[in-house]
Order: sequence, then structure tokens, then C-alpha cells
Amino acid sequence: MSDIIFILISTVLVNNFVLVKFLGLCPFMGVSKKADSALGMGLATTFVLTLSSILSYLVHAYLLVPFDVEFLRTVAFILTIATVVGFTEVAMRKLSPMLYSILGIYLPLITTNCIVLGVVLINVQEQHNLLQAGLYGFGAGTGFALVLALFATLRERIAVADVPAAFQGSAIALVTAGIMSMAFMGFAGLVK
Amino acid sequence: MNEFIALMLFTLLALGFGGLLAWAAKRFHIDGNPLIGQIDAILPQTQCAQCGYPGCKPYAEAIANDEADINLCVPGGETVVIMLSELTGKEIKPIEAEAKPKQFAFIKEEECIGCVKCIAACPVDAIIGAAKFTHTVITHECTGCELCIPVCPTDCIVMEEPSVTQRNWQWPKPVGPIGEGARK
Repeated sequence: MSDIIFILISTVLVNNFVLVKFLGLCPFMGVSKKADSALGMGLATTFVLTLSSILSYLVHAYLLVPFDVEFLRTVAFILTIATVVGFTEVAMRKLSPMLYSILGIYLPLITTNCIVLGVVLINVQEQHNLLQAGLYGFGAGTGFALVLALFATLRERIAVADVPAAFQGSAIALVTAGIMSMAFMGFAGLVK
Repeated sequence: MNEFIALMLFTLLALGFGGLLAWAAKRFHIDGNPLIGQIDAILPQTQCAQCGYPGCKPYAEAIANDEADINLCVPGGETVVIMLSELTGKEIKPIEAEAKPKQFAFIKEEECIGCVKCIAACPVDAIIGAAKFTHTVITHECTGCELCIPVCPTDCIVMEEPSVTQRNWQWPKPVGPIGEGARK
């Protein structure tokens, strides 16, 4: 039990993938202009991350390891992630067309989001079991969603603030992201 | 030997995933764009064609295909623009035709012959009257779509600006974008 909580806190706060490991910065900057779409993107990424972590673990443990072809893992994981994203896209289009239209181009972009490949590769590297791998993916997704939602609400307020001309747009967003990253460094002492 | 196994394994994996996606595409198949239905449900269904499209459904299709802006629906007004913006994620813009003042149809009763053609043409049933009796317009129901004007055989329908009464008088709107000038 403490193991589960440890993994979740560690991935969501201490080793946050966006602000501490600097993975998945493309959607972090791209989809954070409106809080609604940021939340949708966060949920979609969490879903894809959890599913692809579990599926990649199964592919690795029951296909690559027994046949001694672990060198295939990067390409096999990319294939797995692409399948999960494709499946999510088709299912979401049917079940929630509104979310589908909000996410638009960003949903297929999850495929090339480095956070997903990063999580499944770290899963293998750290030799997680199935439960740990799933939790790690879920925690990474939750951390991503949390940071994205926080950042989007910040940006919504910055949009109406009196920003100096030289800092307007992406510049102030990057400065904000940097300060947020420093703030998240403060969680480093939380576990151990 | 190991390379052969790797090749076979990867081919099988790709085939398996491909099969899964093909099944999903069949299972979650949808006819047409579901967004059109949702947009159509928001539009007021007056079929007044003031947006430049023959009706609400064609306009909904145009929005869904990114061919039309969301601010063309005059009867729907600001409410519809905001709802469409929430649905499609496009930015809220003021109604395009609002530059021209809101008008409503007025029937000159002495010229009306009671032909009921305008009653059939009115999309919001704002014209009352019967055959061989003079018709009149329910002013607050009229959307100003002008669809009744071309069908009138005696040209007795004119567009008029609403007269200012104690009931509908409003303060003039503030000039310029909101917040401008307040900051400086």
C-alpha cells in the first residue's frame, strides 16, 4: 500500500514529468491556452499513458523477453503507443464528439509525445511489475494533467494582465513555466 | 536465427494491433459528423437564411466543416454565439449583422388583401391573420428576416425600426472595447 502511494506521489509531484524531467513540453505549451482543452488533453494523456504502460509491459514481459529480442523494445513500444492512441481516437470520436473536436490535432499528437515513450521505457529500466507499471503511467498522466491545468489557468489570467510588450505571448508563458518548475523542485524533499 | 524470430514476432505484433484497430473502426463506426447534429440543436431553427445558407442545418454543416464563422445567426444572437463557441472552441465574436439596427416587418393594413402568403413564409409564425382578412405582425416575435417581403403580391410589407417606448428604452452602449481606457 505504501508502495502505491509512494509511486503516485513520486510521479505526480516529486518527479513530475513535465516540470522536473522536462518531458512532454510540446502539449504543455500548445494546449494550455484554455483551461477546458487543457483538462481534456490531460485526461486523454492520462488515459493513453495508463493503457500504454500496461500494454507495453505485457508486450515486453510476454513477447520480447521470452524470445530474447529485447532490442526491439523501442520500436515495439512505439507501435503499442500508436495503437492505443488510434484506439482512443476512434472510441472518443464515437463516445464524446465534443472532447474530440476540442482536442483536435493534439490527440494524434499524443503518439509522438515523448512523455509516453519516456514512461514505458523507464518502466522497463526500473524493472517495474505490472501493477507498478500501470501506476507509474497513471501517476505520470495525473501529474501531466495537474501541471497542464494549473498552467492553463495561470495563462488565462496572464492573458488579461498588463504584460510588457517584449514579454507578451510565448515569452511570458516560458517564464511562467520556468518559475513553476522551480516551485516543483520544492517537492524534492517530500519523499525520503 | 534470432533475427528471423525478431522479424516474425514484430510482423505478428503489427498484424495483431492492426486487426485490433480495424475492429475498433468497425465497432465505433459513425455516419457523418456528429458535430453537425449538436450545432443544429443549438441553432434557433427559424430557417430564416439570414446567415447566407438556406437553413439552419446547412449552416450547421458549414460550421462543422470550418467553412462558416459562428457569428452569422441573427435570430440566435449573442446567446447562440457563446454556446457555439463553447461547443466548437472558436473565439466569441459579435454578431456580424448587428451593425445594422434591429428591424421588424410592418404590414400596411390598408394595402393588405389577405392572401396569407406571408403567413406561410414566416419561419417564426410572427404574422397573424386569416384569408381575406388583413394580417398583422407580432412585433416582439419578428426576427427581421425579411422572408415575407418578396412573397407579398401588393408589396405592403415594409421593414421598420422599433419605436422607442418606456418599456424598451435602454441606455446607449459604451463606446469602444470593454476595459479600454479604464486601464490608463
